[in-house]
Parts: sequence; structure tokens; C-alpha cells
Amino acid sequence: MTINTEMKVRVAKVTQVADKVKRFRFERVDGEPMPVFSGGAHVIVSMRDGKALRRNPYSLMSSPEDTKGYEISVLRVENSRGGSAFLHETLKEGDELVLSQPVNLFPFDQRAKKHIMMAGGIGITPFLAMMDQMEREGKNFELHYAVRTRTHGAYWKDLQQRYGAHRVKVYCDAENLFIPVEKILANQPLGTHLYVCGPAGMINGVLGKARDMGWPKQNLHSEEFLAPPPGKAFQVKLAKSSRAIDVAPHQSILEALEANGVDAPYLCRGGACGQCETGVVSCDGALEHNDHFLEPDDKASGRKIMICVSRIKGNEVTLDL
Amino acid sequence: MNIKFKTESFRNDYTFKNSAEAIRRFPFPFNEDKYMYSVNMEPHVPAGPPGHAYNKPIDVDEHYVAEMHDRAMVLKEDPLRYQALPHMMAAQWDTLELLMEAQAAGYPEHFTLERNGGQWRWINRPMGIDQTFTFGDASTLPMEPLEFITRQAQGDFVIVDQRDGQLWCDAGMVTTQADWSLDFDIGMNFHEWHGPVPLAHEIGVFDRALKFLLNLQQGKPVRRLNWTMTINPRLDTSPENYHKWGPDRATVTPENVGNKVHLRCELQSLWRLPRSNAILFVIRCYLIKMEELVTVPKWARRFHRVLRDLPPELVDYKGLTRYRPATVGWLSRFDDGQPTSPGIYPE
Amino acid sequence: MLVAGIKSRPVYGGLNVDTHAKRHLFALEGEGALALMDQVKAVGPDFLEHSDILYVAAASAAHEHDKALAKLGADTLWVAPTIPVLLNRLNVMLGQAHMGTHIYLSGTEGFIGQAQQVAMNHGVDPASLHKEHRGSTARRVQCVHCKGITDNVTTSPYTCSACGLPLLVRDHYSRRLGAFQGVNIDAEEPGTAPKPQELFP
Repeated sequence: MTINTEMKVRVAKVTQVADKVKRFRFERVDGEPMPVFSGGAHVIVSMRDGKALRRNPYSLMSSPEDTKGYEISVLRVENSRGGSAFLHETLKEGDELVLSQPVNLFPFDQRAKKHIMMAGGIGITPFLAMMDQMEREGKNFELHYAVRTRTHGAYWKDLQQRYGAHRVKVYCDAENLFIPVEKILANQPLGTHLYVCGPAGMINGVLGKARDMGWPKQNLHSEEFLAPPPGKAFQVKLAKSSRAIDVAPHQSILEALEANGVDAPYLCRGGACGQCETGVVSCDGALEHNDHFLEPDDKASGRKIMICVSRIKGNEVTLDL
Repeated sequence: MNIKFKTESFRNDYTFKNSAEAIRRFPFPFNEDKYMYSVNMEPHVPAGPPGHAYNKPIDVDEHYVAEMHDRAMVLKEDPLRYQALPHMMAAQWDTLELLMEAQAAGYPEHFTLERNGGQWRWINRPMGIDQTFTFGDASTLPMEPLEFITRQAQGDFVIVDQRDGQLWCDAGMVTTQADWSLDFDIGMNFHEWHGPVPLAHEIGVFDRALKFLLNLQQGKPVRRLNWTMTINPRLDTSPENYHKWGPDRATVTPENVGNKVHLRCELQSLWRLPRSNAILFVIRCYLIKMEELVTVPKWARRFHRVLRDLPPELVDYKGLTRYRPATVGWLSRFDDGQPTSPGIYPE
Repeated sequence: MLVAGIKSRPVYGGLNVDTHAKRHLFALEGEGALALMDQVKAVGPDFLEHSDILYVAAASAAHEHDKALAKLGADTLWVAPTIPVLLNRLNVMLGQAHMGTHIYLSGTEGFIGQAQQVAMNHGVDPASLHKEHRGSTARRVQCVHCKGITDNVTTSPYTCSACGLPLLVRDHYSRRLGAFQGVNIDAEEPGTAPKPQELFP
């Protein structure tokens, strides 16, 4: 027996908050309260786009204590696989969608003496909810927020107003201002934790500098949702049910299974949580591991795959499903 | 449904007994005629015949008032049975909310929760408590939120924090435990905390359980049953007091098995908490005397077989060595060799 | 009670000096001095100019490791008369330390456990500490009954220094207490405790 905890929601409000960034507010169709969540959590948004069912993870940005609705902010990306294009161009107020329960793969460490957050662009969203919670709980925090231009950056004015310019610092590419990572990390008290969310290059750059400055990995946290990278089409064979399913170039294995009525477990759909780990029985080509979850040994073994983001270079893979 | 709360004791004169209804609702932990560790977790959804301990997410039964009284006595002697590390405050409030909501929803005749924004009022009629407080402000309660609510809820409670792919036992109220010490174990991770359990590590039970729990979802609690045995209906079988209750194990004779020897079942439920992202681990203890157990013929047959065939490491770890032979002998009178039906419920 | 196969004994990964650290803070007891000297041999002396060393000789006074430590020429070296005095100074230094400071603990298990507790109170994750066991394997044990702590326990069972019960030393270790667990060995039949065996010399 399983419990279905998905929530049917209506789009209560769509707001253009910056260039290419829209905010969506969702409220439950049945009028029940939304669950409280922890700052840093995301939900999976299931969207019916014509024939396709899209399921994408988005960080929750609204106040975790606001049980009347959830809010997400979405950047319209070029070469979108469809999720951000659908949300920006098709979805309108009054439309209905399905949300998962909140899942947190980017929680803040409650033991920290101080929290330092670094955001790049749309990577600001989990920090909006985190700061709301930290403020309520009386935590010591500061935010360093990098934006391309002042008009691209969402929320920076509101944040400075709410938390003060001493705690919210904005760095604008167009003004040749960048987050002075080394200066910030140089003299922080013992027990400080660092959180980074933004493009992969920024995350790797910041975490690399922190490690070079002797910050232990226990104090470093980051979140990056991977979109499943496209590739060539291939076929998945299911060992237990003896089925064969085609995976299209812009589809993940998980999406292909779902489109064919096969339910596989997932939580993040972004290669981070480990829930969709699946055994590989055989593969006639090479596994392309795109996840952050499996250890290098597991990746090299060729016996496990995270089906939400990883695929194969080859014609056929047989999974233990 | 009005529960008739009993006046009874779990120490000294040991007047604890189960009513006929309490016997039928007992969460019997064996679904087959043998036992070995497993990750036997299932969704914690209402289940079982009417009245069964599985009917409500947080179970309240006829022993509620007496158990809360026993907990208060344990805490008076040893306040270290309740502890919470400083970073667990958000999880404390999460737990208070969960237990108040579940008890009020499950037993409206006994408990009421009124929420008016951040102003809350909690009424516990069986214990005569009427408390108004501000949610999130610990100074509006007479004690920390976790201690406040777990003095009013049956079972032991442990909150585990999730960090770095591990679970950390960082807060708890533990007064009805099967021989483990919160004061000693607080701060340990999942593997360390279960360190003394034999066999289970080797067969990967804790690795699999950890992996499962790390992805436990909000709104989808799970449960499992665990068990041991206790001589006399003593809730507080703590290591702290082992030198006080340990001698009881040497007092079992073939004549007194029925009244003295108890099967002790733990209904464990695990809940992802919303604000803290921690996991609440409820370890609810149920006791049943052998003479009560054998009133259900299926349980009498099955428990006889389980106990007779138990691996020696488990006999030792669960501390059954001294009285198992007498108990197996006594139970054998109730085992006619007939097959038993699958599942844990009475036939 | 069976104790074989119990899992929670701490694992000490070795001091392994991290050359990325901005500052190195060593808290060493007794033979733990040798763990630092071995690091100097392994990675060279460069890190010493960014190092503070706190040392207490404890049971190793006769070996005069403090003299050898002084010859290393670290930025600072301070020799404490007793373990509590060293822990007090460690506590103050950690309160002023910054991220990028790595903390190294070496000596007996009881010392490592206590120093680790000081660091944890400053929000340091114990996994980010560098630890190496040196010297006696004697244990610091907490009586689960009276909570009294007995240092330098070398036998099991042993007699609790606080309440006098004969205690079995379990391989169950609490990093918060920096101690192993002692449980009454003859509770079920008082007076039947076996003779102490020298297990942790």
C-alpha cells in the first residue's frame, strides 16, 4: 500500500519579477493548507503540456510558514527542454497542476554559528525561503548575490529592504562587481557554514576556493539541479517485466518509463537524491553518468545508473526493473 | 469513543494488566513462525481490525494516564532521560505540532488543539492540562517543547537530525526503553547508536535502513515492529537501572511464567519533520503477559515456535538466556502443532 | 552479556596535516607528541610556522617529549601542567579561531574524546578533526548507573570509582562524553562478577 501525497494546485498568481524571471503562486484546489517546509526544499511540479507530462524540480521560495500557498520563481532558459518555456508562455492564472510534497536536499546546518549564502542568478530561490526561516529562528546569516544586471536580478531590492544592506550584498556583472569569495571566507569564525546555489561554474569555483582556504567539506553545501542532458535515442529493456521502451533524444530514461506507464521511484529528478538508483544488467555501449549521487567507484562499475539524468551512448541497456 | 483510563503501576506492586480489548489490539510482532532482523518497514497508514493499535497514527490506549505517571516518576529520579542538543529547537516544535495535532484529531473527546495564528491552546483532559502558548516561543511553555509534549504522549521519542548522508540521534525522551541509554547515545549517528545490536550489521540491515530513511518523505510516515521480553511489567528497563531490574530475570519459575514473563513490543513509527528536515522516531512500547498472550491461540503457537528457534546471538542480546527454557516449556502447552495463518492479527 | 562484534569503537584516521589549512592547531597529550613529529618527517616542516601546539605530558613525562617539541620551532608551543588546563586554553583559542584553521588531536582515547568535545562546542564537526591515537589503550569509562567517570581503565570488569559496582566495559563509545560505557556485570546475580582481566594496557 502506498500513500498518494501529491497536491492538486491552481495557479493563483503569475508575476514578472525581472527580465526572464516569473514568479508563480500555487494554492490547493481542495482548499487544504500546504505543509510547512524547511528552507532549501523543492517540489516537483507536474505539468500537462499537450501530450507530454513534464515533471521538473523547483526550489520553494515563499515563506516556509505560509501554508496558504507555495511560490517558485522560474528563469526562462534558451534551449529549454520545455519546462521553463511552458511555464513562461503557456501557463496562466487559474490553470491546474500537481505538486509533490516538499523534499529538502539543501538544508542548512542547524549547528552552524554563522551561515554564509552565495547565490548566482536564479540560484537565489532556495535562499529566499532559508533566510525567512533563519530570521524567524534568530540565526546569524549573510547573503552574497551575484546578478548579471540590476534588471536581471530578482528580489535583491526587497531582500536589502527586509534584512538590511549589511546582510544582503549584491554584485552586478555589468558594473564589474563580483563576489569577493576569498575576502569573505578569510576571517569567518569557526563553525561557519557556506551554501552556494547557482550555475555549475560558480559552484565549483566557490567550493574550490573554500577548500583551498582550508574549509572542511562538512561546512560546504551546494545545490544544483541538473536538467537531464539530451543525447541520442536508445532502447531500455526491463529485465523483470520483459518490456522494451524507447528513450527519445530529449527524454530521460525516467520520463520514457513514465510515458509508458512504468512507475519508478524518484524524489529530485535532478541527479542528487539517490532515490531512482537502478541496477544495470547489461549495456551494449557506455553509461553516461550525469548525476551528483553515485560515488566514482559505482560509476565505474557499470552496474548502477541514476535514471533521472543519466543515459547511455549505445543502442540498448537492460535495467533491473 | 471514550477510553477508560486505568489506574495501575509499572513498578513495585506491578498492577499493570491488559483488558480483553487491549489484548486484541496488541501489535503482535511476528508475521510468521520464525524471526530474524529485517528492514521490515511499511507505510504507517491506518490498518488492522477495528480498535487495533494500527488504527490511528499516534495511538492512545487505556494505559495512557498510568504510563504518563510512570514517566513523570522516572524523570523525577533521573532528568537526563530527556535531553535535546541545542540545534534541535526547530525539530522540537515540529514534534510538538505533530503530536498535538495527531492526538487531538484521533481522540477529540480527550484532547483539543485550538490554533489562532501563532497563539495555541492545548487541552489534555485525562491529565488536566490546559495550556495557552505562542508557537515558536519556548518561554511561553513551562519546559522545552519536546519535553512538554512527550510528558503527554505514550512511547519513547527520538529525533534524528540529517546531515552529510547520516542520521544523528540529537534529542529524545526515553523512559520506556529496551536497555539503551539516551544520555550515552545522544549525538551518535545511526550506525554507532545501533552499534551493540548483533548480526544485523553483518547482513546489511542498518545500511539499507539508513538509505531508506534518508529519503523518507514528508507526509509518508513508515512503521516497523521490534520486540524483546521483560520480566514483570516494567516500562523503565533502562541500562541506568539495570542493577535494579536485572535480578528479576533470575526469579522466573515454571509456575510464575504466565504472570511474570512479558512480551514487549515496540511499534516504531518514523516521520519526516517539516521545519527541521529531521526525522521523529516514535518507539511505542506495548507489554503483554504470557497468560494474556495465550488467550489468542494463534499467538500462543507462533510465539512458542519463535522463542524455541531463536538464534543464540539474539537470545543473548535480548537478555533471555535465564528464563527462555522455562518460558518455552510453559508455552509448549499451548502449541498443538497446528499451522498458523499468515499476518500478525488474531484469527 | 556478549560484547564481541560491537561496532561503535571510534576510528582514528591519523593526523594527516592538510597543507591548505591557514593555521594548524595541535592539542597533544603524552605520546601524541610523536604523531606530530612523524608528520614533520612525512610532509616537511613548512607547516610549523603556521602552527600552534598545546602539549600536556601526562603519563609520558619521563620521555621529555616537550623538549623535542620545542626544537621543532613551531610558531607557538605551550606546555600545560594537566589535561583540564590544556582543555581550558584550547577552548579560549578556538573561540578566537577562524575557518581555515585545522585542529589536530593526538594522545590517549580519553584525551582525544575530551578535546573533541571542546571543539564540538565551537560548532566544529568531529569529522573535520584530525585524530590519531597514541600511547596507552587505557579507557575512560562512564558508569551507566551513577554516571561517574573513571579514567585509565585497563581491565574489564573494573570497579566504578564513584559507586563501587563491578562494571563490564562495553565497546560502545560516546563522543559527546568522550567515554566508553560501563554496565554492571553481575546485576542478575549479584556477587558473581568474574575476575578483572587486563584488556586495555
